[in-house]
Amino acid sequence: MSENVYIIGAGIHPFGRTDSRSGREQGVYAVREALKDAGLEWADVECAYGGSAAAGNADIMVNELGLTSLPFTNVANGCATGGSALAASQQAIASGMYDLALAVGFDKHPRGAFNAKPSDYGLPEWYGQTGMMLTTQFFALKIQRYMQLHGISRTTLGRVAEKAFRNGTITPHAWRRSPVDLDTIMNAPMINDPLTKYMFCSPAEGAVALILASEKKMKELGADGVKIRAVSVKTRPPNSFEVFQAGISIEEGGKPTVLASKAAFEKAGVGPEDISVAQLQDTESGAEIMHMAENGFCTDGDQEEWLANGWTEIGGKLPVNTDGGCLACGEPVGASGLRQVYENVTQLRQRAGERQVPGQNGKGPRFGYSHVYGAPGLSGVAILERE
Amino acid sequence: MGEKIDPNLWSNGAEPHLMGGRLPTGQIVFPMPVGDAAEGVEPYKLSRRGKLWSWTSQGFLPKEPYEGPGSGPGEGPPDFQSYLLGYVELPGEVIVESRIVGARLEDLHLGMELEFCIVPFNVRYDTFAFRPATASESKAA
Repeated sequence: MSENVYIIGAGIHPFGRTDSRSGREQGVYAVREALKDAGLEWADVECAYGGSAAAGNADIMVNELGLTSLPFTNVANGCATGGSALAASQQAIASGMYDLALAVGFDKHPRGAFNAKPSDYGLPEWYGQTGMMLTTQFFALKIQRYMQLHGISRTTLGRVAEKAFRNGTITPHAWRRSPVDLDTIMNAPMINDPLTKYMFCSPAEGAVALILASEKKMKELGADGVKIRAVSVKTRPPNSFEVFQAGISIEEGGKPTVLASKAAFEKAGVGPEDISVAQLQDTESGAEIMHMAENGFCTDGDQEEWLANGWTEIGGKLPVNTDGGCLACGEPVGASGLRQVYENVTQLRQRAGERQVPGQNGKGPRFGYSHVYGAPGLSGVAILERE
Repeated sequence: MGEKIDPNLWSNGAEPHLMGGRLPTGQIVFPMPVGDAAEGVEPYKLSRRGKLWSWTSQGFLPKEPYEGPGSGPGEGPPDFQSYLLGYVELPGEVIVESRIVGARLEDLHLGMELEFCIVPFNVRYDTFAFRPATASESKAA
């Protein structure tokens, strides 16, 4: 028996670059926004989960927010930090132990591509020394093979980025607010073939906070809640192909995204056809394309038709990355997964303004789907419902 | 010849082989595990020939711990030399990540025949790579 869990407050600190605030200060800002949204005080929050990859521990935020003695757990799960914080806070309430919980993620990265230490990932030093341990290479290698096997064109990669920047222009929390046309995207400097500069997201800054509540608490407060129908976090199965692998098995293995997606759909009791809006990990253009299939929204190769017909645009049959995703928002690792959930909460509450996705039968969108992926091969999926 | 970038990465001799490991289950892995993870794993000489599984180019100077051209003292992005890399499927063994040399980006294609080689990396070290297979070795394979 587990309790229903709702998101009753959502706050964001704009993504991009904010020289005047540390990563943690952006986190504190987002928490205050989420509390205001939920009509709560910090002292009301019973437990908290959060983290950053490069901006320090989340639990230090009690210095600014208030010393209320609440249990505050630091989460460090790379790109899936936000997804893991959401899963932990959801479980805290579902278990019946708490009625109000906070999930928070923030970050502040230096400019330029991420650099990882081989020893942190159990890899030999030569792998980094010789220039093969770059996240951007993994994504390029994965989409290059996928394009060969499933007939995806370079133009389709460009269309994903073009859509992201277009959506960014109408998203207040996005970093990139100017449109970039397809020609500019296609002819930009090549970073890792087939991906040009505009097809990659950049490390950035930002913060997101969500307040979760039990059904009883939500009703008591009269809060505007969105139900969490399912949360699923999965690490990689045997023989999978993930970021930072010097060797891959010749046996084709499973994928953490496929596992997390299937588990979430099963738990929620709905299917891909029921989803009104989706936020899919788009570290680069190819990731969005492959993740459309891995999450069950289309079959391999169909993305060519989907993008050509604009089916993932706002107003299309399945709007994807309505706030411009990682491509337009940048990727503050600790906050990125929660931004996707924030965007779905905003869409389901019909508060997305110019980028609001239409619903059906005179009602707003009902189911929102978010998917985050990160090193060393883990995926987090959340399905939200507007009841 | 420079020093090997890792003394155990490939075997010595006129025809060096990349060193993988054979797990007790029979599965071949790369690289050869170290420490406790090496227990029960036999060092295994990987095939010198394989097929291109995927590829990309590296168009910008990687940050640390990269030690190639452009990363030395007083060097920077203008000293960087872009390079190709990919995954090479060694039939029946494992798919290994490697530099690709002796080919242009536009020449690369899925399933292309490649062979193992040792190449200079920086002023001190050599590293391994794969290059388009020569006709004579194709016959031998």
